[in-house]
Amino acid sequence: MERIPILKMGDYLLVTIQVDMHDRLATTLQEDLADRIVKARSRAVLIDISALEVVDSFIGRMLGSIAAIARVLDAETVVVGMRPAVAITLVELGLALPGVRTALNVEKGMDILRQSLSDTVNGHDSQPVAEPADADAQG
Amino acid sequence: MLVRQAVRAAAVDLRFSLVDQTKIVTAASELGRNTLDYGGGGTVRLQVLQDGGRRGIRLTFEDKGPGIPDIERALKDGYTTGGGLGLGLGGARRLSNEFSIDSRPGEGTRVTIARWTT
Repeated sequence: MERIPILKMGDYLLVTIQVDMHDRLATTLQEDLADRIVKARSRAVLIDISALEVVDSFIGRMLGSIAAIARVLDAETVVVGMRPAVAITLVELGLALPGVRTALNVEKGMDILRQSLSDTVNGHDSQPVAEPADADAQG
Repeated sequence: MLVRQAVRAAAVDLRFSLVDQTKIVTAASELGRNTLDYGGGGTVRLQVLQDGGRRGIRLTFEDKGPGIPDIERALKDGYTTGGGLGLGLGGARRLSNEFSIDSRPGEGTRVTIARWTT
């Protein structure tokens, strides 16, 4: 059966989409990725779409679903490598990928994920910081 | 999706810009999916257009499916009777220079789009 490979790189899962997606392939990818996030305890997913010449509403919906599934499993997703012509077309199509974080390339995507992971770790591990006296006034 | 490849090849032949290529191929992808998912399959006709110095592509998607009872509603973003986002028809219209739709409940649907070089 046709599958899209999911690579594990340290704490990250990397998915490169290079082929035309169809319904079954998209469903399989969602299931495989959800499994891998849980099994590998991954907190971060990078999806590289730089090879895609066309992103239609079907692929757009798939990217949104994957990001939502990952979030529910406590992982962040960043979609990287969108071509300029694809971005222009997607927005005109009416799809601005709400809820999906994007970055220009894999490197920048990893920066975003590293940042958001370290924010979470600090938030979880550090002791509560004393509130400034005027905290209430701020709101 | 053979339709996408055929449309891309025609758009490259006509020296469409990369953005124009991407728009017509994406519109074809949306309409092709509609023909398959809602129309139960059908035909696509590709015509190369010439009007003075302008070149264009016209695509006609035809199916003998259940038809669309309320076209105005089907063109609204977010309206879908399937599991999609409801962007297909309205999106394809925005990505095209010309758009027409003819649908009769019980008989089928025909959608025609055209895009010209800019």
